[in-house]
This record gives sequence, structure tokens and C-alpha cells, in this order.
Amino acid sequence: MTSMPFYVSPEQLMKDRADYARKGIARGRSVVVLGYDKGIAFVAENPSRALHKVSEIYDRIAFAAVGKYNEFENLRVAGVRYSDLRGYSYDRTDVTARGLANFYAQILGTVFTQESKPYEVEIVVAEVGDDAEDDQVYRLTYDGSVADERGFVAMGGAAETVETGLKKGWTPGMSLADALALAVGLLGQDPAGGAARELTAAQLEVAVLDRERPRRTFRRIGGSLLDALLSKDDPTRDAPSTDDPTPGPHDTLTGGAPARDDSTNPETQRPDDPGTEGSDG
Amino acid sequence: MTTGPDAGRLPAAYLSAGSSSFTEFVGAHAPHLLPSRRVLPPGSTLEAPHGTTIVTAAFEGGVVMAGDRRATMGNIIANRDMEKVFAADEYSAVGIAGTAGIAIELVKLFQVELEHYEKIEGTLLSLEGKANRLASMIRANLAMAMQGLAVVPIFAGYDLDRDAGRIFSYDVTGGCYEEHDHHSVGSGSLFARGALKKLWRPGRSSDETVSVAVEALYDAADDDSATGGPDVGRRIWPTVAVVDNAGVRFVPDDELRGVVEAVLARRDGNPGGAR
Repeated sequence: MTSMPFYVSPEQLMKDRADYARKGIARGRSVVVLGYDKGIAFVAENPSRALHKVSEIYDRIAFAAVGKYNEFENLRVAGVRYSDLRGYSYDRTDVTARGLANFYAQILGTVFTQESKPYEVEIVVAEVGDDAEDDQVYRLTYDGSVADERGFVAMGGAAETVETGLKKGWTPGMSLADALALAVGLLGQDPAGGAARELTAAQLEVAVLDRERPRRTFRRIGGSLLDALLSKDDPTRDAPSTDDPTPGPHDTLTGGAPARDDSTNPETQRPDDPGTEGSDG
Repeated sequence: MTTGPDAGRLPAAYLSAGSSSFTEFVGAHAPHLLPSRRVLPPGSTLEAPHGTTIVTAAFEGGVVMAGDRRATMGNIIANRDMEKVFAADEYSAVGIAGTAGIAIELVKLFQVELEHYEKIEGTLLSLEGKANRLASMIRANLAMAMQGLAVVPIFAGYDLDRDAGRIFSYDVTGGCYEEHDHHSVGSGSLFARGALKKLWRPGRSSDETVSVAVEALYDAADDDSATGGPDVGRRIWPTVAVVDNAGVRFVPDDELRGVVEAVLARRDGNPGGAR
């Protein structure tokens, strides 16, 4: 008859939990977050159009995650609630990626030590600044530790291979098309050393935080625009600064003819007025 | 953070599943931040600035909403350049009459509510859905309304499914009614409604409808002391929002100046504007 161990050392307990979480994360596809000349781009291998790995949190802040969907979806919703509450009770400019990263670190840290199972997730919180120097990218791991990253981050199964490639290939001030080509090429690599896959637009989830937009800077990139950006022959190097002309939600840019007015800025009222931007209406 | 059994953990409201409503989240987590949770001592009334007249009029494929700029406190003009028409989200606008402080807080909450839903669900709320959310916020304010701090908004937006502008009016109990063609709320609304009836025609363009709305506000200001007319000396023009399939657009001041001057010229020596 085997006896149950009565004592497990805290070191062993934490190590077991960390191994468990790491294994869960390593099973998933990778996500790359990298800066380009006009903002921050997010590239994920994700064939689903409805279950996102990259999402908008606030005006200038976005969220990217790998791991278990239900766990990071929970974190995303909590982050939107945290940011909207903070923006509502203080001011929109008081919602920062640093505050949000600390908020997530607390949740992840508490869950890691107190719950029966840690979250099997890794997340990035990114905030686009007025110029590339002011961009902030925070990477949070399953145990609540926070790392302040510069320029680029890779998470998920093949993170190490991708990160090595980014170190070699990434330069500050790349155009969006170059940044996407680099990220997509690296995501297609096989960490085990096999043949590289060619990822098509349909297998990718791509979004940007565009620093030149007023207020809400997050836009997904899809349809013919993504095809054009990924194609080596197409001259398109950048996302348009105007939304698609079709009426409806404007979270996705597909490259339709720019015909919309610069409208729509609740809480800033008149987007063209310099000086009133960011203040409450 | 809380103490006790969940010390160190997040309040449950942050991670609770299912709700896409910001108001419900705030109500569960920080109810003191909601305008409707405040309680006045019984039997008291207080004097606070009041916003006055808002008019809306539909046109082919959209709707125009205009508000005067005056807030009054008894016989005093509390503010002469207050904005009372706001973009609620990309395809709707809300105008407010009643106690200005509470009304503006309510509009702010409503704007966050709509954006919050959009971010969590990844899609826009239907126009009826937005109108009903606003109704429940007004309903929650009933206790304050009974003590004199009433808020009566008017909501107008572009319906993406019907490709048309729609107008919704409210009463203090949160009743939400769809209005046809045009409507007005606030102290000068009686006069504005009369003017709208005579001036509004179906099938007009957005520019003509803006002119009609400005003229209706002029008539309201003519007979209601709490409604501010266009102030040529200070260059204060009404706030005018146009909502159509391109979104919400506020008519810029220089354009409004032309509209106001045309109205004034038409009424020179003909104060009733009869035609």
C-alpha cells in the first residue's frame, strides 16, 4: 500500500503549478506584438473570426493573449470593466497600460498562489504613445510577474524561436507591411525544425493601435486590406487613416474607398477642434 | 480591495460572467458612482441649474438634433454656452432638458454604457436597445425626479437596419415613446413644437432640416425666457448634431452662423416669421 505524502514543500508546489501552466501555454499557437512607424501591430495565428486573441481595452490600450480561451476572455472582460470604471470616475487620460498591467498582475498572482489551478495564460497589455518612445508594452505571465518590453514581444508555443527571429529582423520605424511580413514569416516557422508554413490572410488575426487616430485607436485589419499588406507585389504599405465607408461598426479596416466624414467622437464632441480632444463633452 | 475571506482577491463583480452592461457592473461594485443611487433628505428641494429646450427633426435617411445653450437657475442665467446635445455613440445623439448636473452625468454614463457593450460584445447595440438602456437609467432616477431633480432626455439615432433616422422621447418615469417626424422637450418645447409643425416637410435635405431646427429654437427663445436665442454679439450658436449613415456630425460654428443670420434676415420686420 502506498502512503500519501503529508507534506509538500512550497518550492515543489510552486514548481508543479508553474510546469502545469507552462505546458498549457506551450500547446497554443503564438502571438506577436511589435512596434511599427505609426503604432503597435498585433499578429496572431487564429483562423476564428469570432473568438479573438487580440482585443480593444480602451482608447489607446489593447490586449493580446495566448492559452486557455475562457481564462483570458475572463481577464479581457475584467480589464474592460477596470478601464471603463477608471475612465468614468476620473478622466479618460487617467487610464494607463501600467495601471492595467498591475491590475492583471494582482489577479494572476492571487490565482496562482490561492486557487487549485493557475491560469494557463500569457498576456500582453500595450499602450500606444504620441511617438514610438512613449509606447508601452507589458508582458504578464501565469504567475503574475510583469516584464516591461521594448519594441516587440512573442508569446505562446513557439515564443523562443519567434523571439530570436524578431531580435534579428526587427528595427525601429519599420512600415506596417514590413512588420507584418516579418511577424507572419516567423509565425510560420516550425520550432522543431521542419519546413516553414506559408500563412494566408484567412489564418491570421491582425490588429493595430494607430497613434495618429484621435481617441479610439484600435482597428482590426482584414479583408482585401490585409491581403494587400501581406502581398509583396502590392504597393500598400500602411493602414488607411479613415474608416470603411459602409455604415456599421468600424472596428475592422478592409480597405474600402475612404469616403466617411471624420465624425463620431463621443466625449470629444468636435474631433476637429484642437484643444478639446480628450476632454469630456 | 476588500478584507475578510476574499482578502487579496478581486471583487467578484470584475470576473462575473454574462453581463455586458457597465451600469450593472458599477451598481454591483461601486454603487456610489451611479447618479441614481444618491438620496436627498426627505422633503427638501434645492435650486440647481436647469437646461432648457431641445428639438429634433427627421429627414430622408437621418435626423437632426439641436439645443439652445442656456442653463437657468430660477431667474438667473446660470450658463450661456452650455452644450446640451451630445453624441451618445457613432450613430446616435442624446439631448437633455432638466437638472443639468444630473443630466450631464447621466449622458456620460450612457456614453460609457454603449462603448462598454461594444467592446465586450464586439458589436453595436441596436437602436431600440440603446433607447431602452436610456429608459432604464431615467427610471432609476425617479426618486430624485420627485424631489425636483428631474431629467428628461430625447434620443435620436440612425437605424442601421431600416436606413432611417428615428426619434425617442421619454417621461420622468422612464417611459420611452417613439416619435414620428419631429419632437421637442424642455421649457420652450411648446413653442418649438408649434414652429416645427408649420415648418417641417417630409423629403427635405439635412441642410434644410438644420435650418428648420434652428428656426424652431428661435421661436422657443422668443416666448420662453429660459431658452437662449442665438447670441450674435458673443457668437454663441445653438448646438446642432446631424445623424445619418455616415455617423454623428456636429455642424461647425461658421456654418451655423450663416444659418442663424439667414433666419434673422428672414424675420427682420416680420418677427413671427410668417410666410
